[in-house]
Amino acid sequence: MSLSQAEKTFILHGVAENFRVDGRDREGYRPMELETDIVQHAFGSARLRLANTDVLVAVKIEVDTPLPEKPFEGKIEFFVDCSANATPDFEGRGGESLAVELANILSSAYESPLTFDLRKLCILKGKKCWKLYVDVLILECGGNLFDAVSLAVKAALHITQVPKIKAVNIDGDNVEIEVSDNIIDCDRLNVENLPVLVTVCKIGNHCIVDPSLTEEQCAVGSVVVAVSKECFSTITSIGTGSLHEETLFECLDLGHKVAIKLNQTLMAILVQIQPNQDVGFLK
Amino acid sequence: MSRNRELISKIGLRLDGRRPDELRRIRCKMGVFSQPDGSAYIEQGLTKVLAAVYGPHQVRSRQKAQHDACIINTQFSMAVFSTNERKKRPRGDRKSTEMSMHLQQALLSVIETDLYPWSQIDVYVEVLHADGGIYPACVNAATLAVIDAGIPIKEYVCACTASLGNNEVPMLDVSHQEEILGGPTLTVAALPMSGKIVLMEMSQRFHLDHLPKVLNKALEGCKDVKAILDEAVKNHVSEIGSATGWANTTS
Repeated sequence: MSLSQAEKTFILHGVAENFRVDGRDREGYRPMELETDIVQHAFGSARLRLANTDVLVAVKIEVDTPLPEKPFEGKIEFFVDCSANATPDFEGRGGESLAVELANILSSAYESPLTFDLRKLCILKGKKCWKLYVDVLILECGGNLFDAVSLAVKAALHITQVPKIKAVNIDGDNVEIEVSDNIIDCDRLNVENLPVLVTVCKIGNHCIVDPSLTEEQCAVGSVVVAVSKECFSTITSIGTGSLHEETLFECLDLGHKVAIKLNQTLMAILVQIQPNQDVGFLK
Repeated sequence: MSRNRELISKIGLRLDGRRPDELRRIRCKMGVFSQPDGSAYIEQGLTKVLAAVYGPHQVRSRQKAQHDACIINTQFSMAVFSTNERKKRPRGDRKSTEMSMHLQQALLSVIETDLYPWSQIDVYVEVLHADGGIYPACVNAATLAVIDAGIPIKEYVCACTASLGNNEVPMLDVSHQEEILGGPTLTVAALPMSGKIVLMEMSQRFHLDHLPKVLNKALEGCKDVKAILDEAVKNHVSEIGSATGWANTTS
């Protein structure tokens, strides 16, 4: 879908007057729906629908060996799959570049030990650790993928149940792990500091958050910020276009402000949310 | 063969408590997404499939275009978390390619391709949860999505699996658990109204004498599936129709 010059001007004027095409102001988000625990095979899962953007995140856990240079740490791996359901452009290997970009931003946002403490995932120093596979499936693209994915990932990790270890048997080099028999007996991860990504777009002379698919086309430059609690954990500029230094700081300020609000809202909802609601896609 | 005997208990129930001629619960919804021209979601037991249809639109690669019919492009992919063991890749392996081909075969038999010369229809299916009978679920979801897209079809194409339990009793809609335990699996995609078979695939061996009754059972299953899909389509259309005020909303 490409916009004509007139449509672009219309969007531009709307942003300038702080009244966007869908009625939002510059800092407003579109409505979101969040469901958790909808993939039975996974240890934790979430589906987030942000207007037209639909992402499904599932977390799987496997036992792995820690890296030699980080013997006390577990592992986390992000994998993004852009389903062709979202747009025919993703068919075959078409979605790969976007998928890799998303996965890389996520892993760099989660890299700092202050955002996500991988030491909690260690089972036995240097021998065994848990490896979290965070698999993101993009089902529909309606703009602002980064924010939607990060929120869904955070929700999925919140709900993830890491099995409890009952005993570790060491026999020479052979390590055997006994997992608690009780399925309900699980550890939860601390998600308080997990980063939230916010995409800030510059349209005309102003910055906006949560751009829709059409607004993304009018942007002169976009910055993705990952904010964990109060601090930035990653800042990346995406797409084409360039930003002036002053505007960049303006973007960062806006992103920071919005991300903190977004995080508070998400945390409040995650506490309330009831898993195992039999809804899924049938609603 | 001794393992096959356990598929149906003495009182005639299967491992998950179904009778031999019972399908798993089918729940479906059309119009799940707004961007594709047609989309559908189906749950057959625990197997969950999303399908999206784009088109008819201009052919993407010029060489493939046909002057008297549209081409149907299918892609099958499975989410990496859909199986018990995490998959390495969502698509591109041999099984996915085969599934795409078979899906295309089933859809080509029903879509009125000659109405859209020089054009293309994309059908994408995404398996979210695999629990046996993936191919039938994909075909059924694709049928619903094609109907949702408003593409003319000759009739429904439905698929179903059947197996042979205890070496004599035909069973319908095989689950993953039953697939693992062994026993042959017959996958049939059929046009239930005219009774034609579009695709038939059998794995493992059993005596030819058993084939007619297993095949019959599978065809019966296709008819049952068709009835369920038909009702879902009617409900969906009356729901959409009542919003615009042209449908009879008495039902």
